[in-house]
Amino acid sequence: MKYAYFPGCSLESTAWDFDRSTRAVCGALGIDLEEIPDWVCCGSTPAHASNAALAVALPVVNLQKAQSAGLPVMAACASCYARLRTANHKVRSSPEEREQAERTTGKPYDGGVEVHHVLDVLVNHFGLEKIAAKVRRRLRGLRVACYYGCLLTRPPEIVAFDDAEHPHSMDDLIGAIGAEAVDWPFKTECCGASLSMTSSSIVARLGHRLLSMARETGAECIAVACPLCQVNLDLRQADAAKAHGAIPATPVLYITQLLGLALGLSDQDLGISALTIDAKALLGDRGLAAATGG
Amino acid sequence: MSTTLSWNNSSLVDEVSQRAGTPVGACFQCHKCTTGCPIGPDMDFLPSQIMRLVHLGAEAEVLGSQSIWLCASCETCTTRCPMQIDIAAVMDALRMMAIDRQVTPPNARPEQFNRSFLGSVRRHGRVYEMGMMAAYKLRSLDLFSDVGKVPAMLAKGKLSLLPKRSGSAKEVREVFRRAEEEGRRERGEGSGGSFSPEPTAREKKP
Repeated sequence: MKYAYFPGCSLESTAWDFDRSTRAVCGALGIDLEEIPDWVCCGSTPAHASNAALAVALPVVNLQKAQSAGLPVMAACASCYARLRTANHKVRSSPEEREQAERTTGKPYDGGVEVHHVLDVLVNHFGLEKIAAKVRRRLRGLRVACYYGCLLTRPPEIVAFDDAEHPHSMDDLIGAIGAEAVDWPFKTECCGASLSMTSSSIVARLGHRLLSMARETGAECIAVACPLCQVNLDLRQADAAKAHGAIPATPVLYITQLLGLALGLSDQDLGISALTIDAKALLGDRGLAAATGG
Repeated sequence: MSTTLSWNNSSLVDEVSQRAGTPVGACFQCHKCTTGCPIGPDMDFLPSQIMRLVHLGAEAEVLGSQSIWLCASCETCTTRCPMQIDIAAVMDALRMMAIDRQVTPPNARPEQFNRSFLGSVRRHGRVYEMGMMAAYKLRSLDLFSDVGKVPAMLAKGKLSLLPKRSGSAKEVREVFRRAEEEGRRERGEGSGGSFSPEPTAREKKP
């Protein structure tokens, strides 16, 4: 299995631990990743809110690079994933969109590159049985709220690897590595996304709602697959508690970090130290403190 | 809401439908978009009200609303609309129309953030978060929020003092230039108030 890997800008900064754990987990499972050479920003929300041609052209520049490599794309960031899939959808469904994308990038593109999210690759391409067979340390007793956020499952005709209202791929993966996915109602509620910078009070309100519900339904940590969800629930957790009432400190880990722990990878391999809300005490309590060192 | 609206059989609904690529006129006010909207409590007009205002041709109310800038693009409305209207795309189209027509947003921050973000991409090919945040803070004069988080983020390697440029940064600048041309073409040549994610003076420095 080999993919053209699109890390995206967040994975070079606020979410470097998502990048490191994604590479480590794929390495341990024998999934080959070849980083797209000289990849560029997908444009994210600022592009699609500002200029329609730009919002398609920036993802297409990356898809053209992957097409030259002859590989399907794997993205880790949920927002990059949705932008790449949306650009593909537009190029495939409308000749005008395709012409505009080709004019704007100055190169041909037929929409022919497949784009997958790392969660889709792990659960549906690699497979849960094979993952379960590679588990060295089952995360027994760890109760996890699987939080999908918005763009992994919406809109379903574009992203389409799980159910838009009741996704379960992350819950299934958590089960396969021996932890317990709690049944909770806010799997796909929005965290406020990029309002983080401009309207942080809204993000505090939404974050508090999510964190309180996760706790109320018995979770002791949250699993995510999106850098913005992670920042809004982890880095801004103290703001949420300050504005709307105390919540027990709740670690927010990338699904790749939890999977990596189960595969026997080290804290360093997985960037566990990057979390703002420390997970080491919780993992230690469950006898899951990862081996230190690389 | 005390605003009195009269039926203005304008072309607004057609224009928004065309720009958003979705049939805004198909909305029959079931309010499902509003029910699921996470930002609803903070909006001046709820998503279903925005749709109705577009039907009524109430251009000033729609383009001047807080709501079009607060939409988080979570796509819940688009996913649930029984008429398959891409409501999130309507919000994007309204933002672009507001910029084209030089409508001053009630809260300028989201637009200032978008410019700062795209300015960074235009220059480096990727987002350089420290530079983007500095540019945003200068534009918005929101100088102090989150500054307290910076030392911890630096210590955890979550922010970098230096940009990580893409080797394709030059190609990206060309893409921006041509995308602006496309934008001008769509609006009809020569119209004012064109959006351009121009770099600030600071970002222009080599």
